[in-house]
Amino acid sequence: MSDENKFPGENNTGHIWDDNLRELLNDPPTWWRIGFHASWILVVVYTLLYPSWPLINTHFKGLMGWTSINEYKTDLQSIEDVRAPYENKLKNMTAAEILADDSLSNYVVRSAKVLFGDNCSACHGSGGQGIPNFPVLADDDWLYGGTIADIEMSITAGRQGMMPANAAMVNNEEADKLANAILAGNITTEPLYMEKGCVGCHGPDGKGIAPLGSANLTDSIYRFASANQLASIKQTILHGVNDPVDTETHNAVMPSFGGTKLNETDIKKLAVYVHKLGGGK
Amino acid sequence: MNTQSKQIDQKHVDELYEEASYWHVNTGDEIIHAKRMPGRFRTYKWFSMSVWLMFFLGPYLRWKDSQAILLDIPNRKFHIFEITIMPQDVWLLAMVLLFFAILLAAVTSIAGRVFCGYFCFQTIWTDIFTYIEEKLEGAPAKRRKLEQAPWDFQKIKIKFIKHSLWILIGVITGISFTAWFTDALNLWAELFSLQADIFIWLLILTFTLGTYILAGFLREQTCFWLCPYARIQGVMYDSETILPTYDVARGEPRGRLAKGKPVEGNGDCIDCNQCVAVCPTGVDIRHGQQEGCITCGLCLDACDSVMDKIKRPRGLIRYASLDEIQGKEQLPLFKRPRVLIYFGIMILAVSGLLYGLLNLGTFDFKVIHERQPLFVQLSSGAIQNKYDLKILNKTDEDMHISIAVEGAEGIETQGIKEKMLLPASRLTSFTVFLRIPKNNLKEERTPINFRIQSYEKHEDSTEYLSMFYGPKF
Repeated sequence: MSDENKFPGENNTGHIWDDNLRELLNDPPTWWRIGFHASWILVVVYTLLYPSWPLINTHFKGLMGWTSINEYKTDLQSIEDVRAPYENKLKNMTAAEILADDSLSNYVVRSAKVLFGDNCSACHGSGGQGIPNFPVLADDDWLYGGTIADIEMSITAGRQGMMPANAAMVNNEEADKLANAILAGNITTEPLYMEKGCVGCHGPDGKGIAPLGSANLTDSIYRFASANQLASIKQTILHGVNDPVDTETHNAVMPSFGGTKLNETDIKKLAVYVHKLGGGK
Repeated sequence: MNTQSKQIDQKHVDELYEEASYWHVNTGDEIIHAKRMPGRFRTYKWFSMSVWLMFFLGPYLRWKDSQAILLDIPNRKFHIFEITIMPQDVWLLAMVLLFFAILLAAVTSIAGRVFCGYFCFQTIWTDIFTYIEEKLEGAPAKRRKLEQAPWDFQKIKIKFIKHSLWILIGVITGISFTAWFTDALNLWAELFSLQADIFIWLLILTFTLGTYILAGFLREQTCFWLCPYARIQGVMYDSETILPTYDVARGEPRGRLAKGKPVEGNGDCIDCNQCVAVCPTGVDIRHGQQEGCITCGLCLDACDSVMDKIKRPRGLIRYASLDEIQGKEQLPLFKRPRVLIYFGIMILAVSGLLYGLLNLGTFDFKVIHERQPLFVQLSSGAIQNKYDLKILNKTDEDMHISIAVEGAEGIETQGIKEKMLLPASRLTSFTVFLRIPKNNLKEERTPINFRIQSYEKHEDSTEYLSMFYGPKF
């Protein structure tokens, strides 16, 4: 930087580099100044209107009284206002009454999707299509009955399948015969069905008994669906479901959603939702 | 080393821009006060300007108890006389935009920036603003003098009236614009009772300020530096495009009259500068075609009036193509490839638009197949598929429909009733289950046709082809 100002009277700062590179004292452009003043005015106005300056124990609240939590609550309220007319009715109705009312059941189907996603879809799939070893909710085959009351009961109290392991009284050959008959859909004509006492739980027509939760053995819907269905059926016959002793038994437990988990209205909604998935009776 | 020579001073800057001799004007250093002269093109301009009366009066047209043209954005409906256009038909808007975009190109290719000179809101609002200015402040010379004059009572009074009128026009522009998007009569009522939505106030304020600043102050600067069309149109010219052109061969060498008579050997241009004086963008057309020229034709009026005075034929500055001035042969309009292509696209756009308008239909019908699960095996052995039927009733009346399904033997349906209500102007969805015995399915996927028909108007029906999924064969 040169000490001597070679350009006197030029309105420069006196800082000169490389003989002639120098800083002038020109005014900034007007557009820049307008922008600059507009910016700080905006800052002042903004900090006056909105919560801003820290004070000793608190902070300046702003003249508009705006808070983010209030904005959130207002938005939430506006959604709840839309839902209120439906939700108020749902409280005092039974699940069956909701199902019978077109506009309410429609509301439930649209709004309970979230409930289903949060509570049910982990085991039953997002559309009730089931996942391996967990039952399909979209079909019309129900172990414990498919009426709205049955479904509501299943959700509230949960379900635990129980089929004893039969390895002690059914040998491998007999199990093969039984499994093949089930797969062919004609289990009731198989003598072993009566002989081994299967009929006790699965009924004389082989269609299962809802209060017991026994499976329908005549259709082609399987509780433990598998690529090798024959092997899966054999396993069920020999090792049962939830047999406390047999280590190879099937696990089939649906937890209870009543009590503290879900309130009554939510359970009613879910029952209607599941009923409307495609197979409600 | 001479340090002084390294500086670029004002003189050098001027040299850099020597080719643009009106640089100081073009950058807005000088306010252009164009002279107003009567003439042929001035008259045309008044006529073309009157097109914009539609902008102000249009919203007050009524049709069957409601606004004839209402672009109801909050409710997502465009009402145009008898027709209601919903978002599903928005592709029609694309056709309209395509038509106007190509119309702009076609017109530009034939006759240059006709839009800029005769129809553009910037040109027209500026023209009205300067008209008011002239009425209040007088001719250009007087206006320049007034600018220099001290701020006495008279000047303040004139300026106050002028700016008030400008802002008033801005406000009316803003309200008129807004009135296309909300009921016009209601809008006025809301404005007078101060009940209008904050958004409406902001919209009007924006337009008021926009009009005031753009037409009052920025004026030709908008065309020079803000407007993309000005630049786009410039590249759509070719040598066959007719533009206001100075006939160099006839005009040069230019020279002033001596003792009221043309000097021997000089061309027809007497260098009176009237063409520059009347130019709203401050260009000199004698430099040839340039970006500042909005082809408004006012210099033609000015030059013709001078030619009349010195008893020379009119048309020293005239609408002519480059080819014409250079004496080349010109192709007729419909033998120029560009014109033909542009018209082809325009016909396409209009055909699309007409097709769309004639086939708006009563319904918008979609069938969405459930994916989770694609199909369900039922105890009876049948296969079940779930569908979401989304039906938009585009009419303003409630309607009942029947739904028919075909595509396979023994289809059983659940969720279809005999008469299903479609509330007016709303999208209604129905969940429908179809069951088909497994033996009746021939393939993994079977096409299924859904057909809906209105009870009220039997001719209103539409169909949607969906799929029925089954297990793999």
